Amino acid sequence: MTDTLTPVLTDNWDAERSWTLASYEDRGGYASLDKAFAMAPDDVIGAVKESGLRGRGGAGFPTGMKWGFIPQDNPRPKYLVVNADESEPGTCKDIPLMMASPHTLVEGVIVSSYAIRANTAFIYVRGEVLHVIRRLQRAVQEAYLAGHLGKNIHGSGYDLDLIVHAGAGAYICGEETALLEGLEGRRGQPRLRPPFPAVAGLYASPTVINNVESIASVPSIIVNGAEWFAAMGTEKSNGFGIFSLSGHVANPGQYEAPLGITLRELIDLAGGMREGHELKFWTPGGSSTPLLTPEHLDVPLDFESVGAAGSMLGTRALQLFDETTCVVRAVLRWTEFYKHESCGKCTPCREGTWWLTQTLARLEKGQGSEADLDLLLDQCDNILGRSFCALGDGATSPISSSIQHFRDEYLAHLTHGGCPFDPAASTAFPSLSDTAAGATA
Amino acid sequence: MSAESKLDQKTWDELREIAARYPEARSGLLPMLHLVQSVEGRVTPEGIEACAEVLGISAAEVNGVATFYTMYKRKPVGDYHVGVCTNTLCAVMGGDLIFERLKDHLDVGNDETTEDGKVTLEHIECNAACDYAPVMMVNWEFMDNQTPESAVRVVDDLRAGNEVHSTRGPRLCTWREAERVLAGFPDDRADEGPGAGPASLVGLRIARENGWTAGAEGEKK
Repeated sequence: MTDTLTPVLTDNWDAERSWTLASYEDRGGYASLDKAFAMAPDDVIGAVKESGLRGRGGAGFPTGMKWGFIPQDNPRPKYLVVNADESEPGTCKDIPLMMASPHTLVEGVIVSSYAIRANTAFIYVRGEVLHVIRRLQRAVQEAYLAGHLGKNIHGSGYDLDLIVHAGAGAYICGEETALLEGLEGRRGQPRLRPPFPAVAGLYASPTVINNVESIASVPSIIVNGAEWFAAMGTEKSNGFGIFSLSGHVANPGQYEAPLGITLRELIDLAGGMREGHELKFWTPGGSSTPLLTPEHLDVPLDFESVGAAGSMLGTRALQLFDETTCVVRAVLRWTEFYKHESCGKCTPCREGTWWLTQTLARLEKGQGSEADLDLLLDQCDNILGRSFCALGDGATSPISSSIQHFRDEYLAHLTHGGCPFDPAASTAFPSLSDTAAGATA
Repeated sequence: MSAESKLDQKTWDELREIAARYPEARSGLLPMLHLVQSVEGRVTPEGIEACAEVLGISAAEVNGVATFYTMYKRKPVGDYHVGVCTNTLCAVMGGDLIFERLKDHLDVGNDETTEDGKVTLEHIECNAACDYAPVMMVNWEFMDNQTPESAVRVVDDLRAGNEVHSTRGPRLCTWREAERVLAGFPDDRADEGPGAGPASLVGLRIARENGWTAGAEGEKK
């Protein structure tokens, strides 16, 4: 029986000066390197396949299988690119990982690059996290000085260079081909697939792009074995993951647990919802995953079960909202976000997100009519599956799911002639906000 | 007048140094534009010309990139860029009230700078710190769990020249200094601040109290 929480990636976050090489190595850090170098690269890929690790950036694609797609007979250089552009609303796991233990990621990069036979790797980190970038830069520098990076690593004959690359503010660069455009010094717009990055990615060369948490999980698999990893989680969703609780819960934060834990269990661990309030709606994996309600509290948080409940596990970004929150306001704000971040490449997303915002804004003000709900669903229908990448699809998720679960609340805005909620009541400082609420009432 | 005369030699050398880090030089463009901002206080026409010349591409191509990413600014930015998260979760938790209070207190609108040139205020999107909501960023350092009152104290201290620390990081530097780090020139301050904030450790603490582990070191469960 697996324990309720299983700290692996988070296990050293409370260590003294956890971000330093000395602290990391004191706890056995970089032990996976020699073990991996003693294996053939294909056997490292095999171990990751056998572990059942699936991508932790949202889509859940099997990591080892992705690595296996790299055509090793292609004479061009191979590249590993870490997607550290964590920007999906609600998602806040990779940033604390890189802040507290950047060496976990660097170690993962080395083993993963060895497996796919890359001699150059990149960490594409969003630019808006200065101190995280400092810690990554320092960790890479320390790793070079210690001989974990550079030429002939640990005498293995294997060479690797690792470059930390700061982005410049664009949610779309979390999409892997838009990220490659950004890394090539271009506007971050997604590329047509095929060819997939495994065949023609960075500089038209075979490229693996993985999320921070996926790569950071690799050393533990190599050290402890694929079976150890696969023993955690559920049938098709193996291993552990970091679950990020935010919003109206007593103790928001990071909880590392086997996949398949339920929100009910997580809320219990987090001390319940905030005093005197109850859960109204939540996202399982960021704002692009359809909203769920209290009736879904016992859904196992693994890829299959959340999918069967009509949403997606995504990045395990559990944003919790209580009964003080207006779902229409929440959805409008997310929609404005997608509108702002739409890259403009394809018409359904570029135009559609503007239309969605207009229609929603009117409803939120209590204007328009019930027919606007059908209009919204029709607009969603013209975006979902018709946009160039998943950004447009994601933009429709909060809208269609909120109409499904909270249709009456949209209608209440029409009968009330505006929003019936007091925004001050939903803040983290409701008592402080009395005057502010009075001023805006 | 050629672009060469506007930027000093050190900046030209560093732009070339950035381009040389990559297998293909153009990959350096994003950090190069960060460097331009650290020197010029914004992306200037001279900076665009310089990037274009170093990379052997047109100024229009550089301009197209500079206008795509939100961290690149065409207007001068103050010493401190203050970003208030108003994406849904932070907005609901109080970000909207914080942003309104700061606009009123600083007498500026979104993406505007105070008359003394100290503070540029902007509402920003999710910055990956939702467990610390509502969140404010100053020069892209975390200011966690803010209230309207705490946010006002921060900007007042910044304008008065008082030392301000990130709630989960180091002493705040200026926006230009921050941009230089983003360009890939470390400022040797990685050791300041804690490893993790309290919310990052909440699950780990519970696991420790209960003796819960992933069964590493051969204790497979």
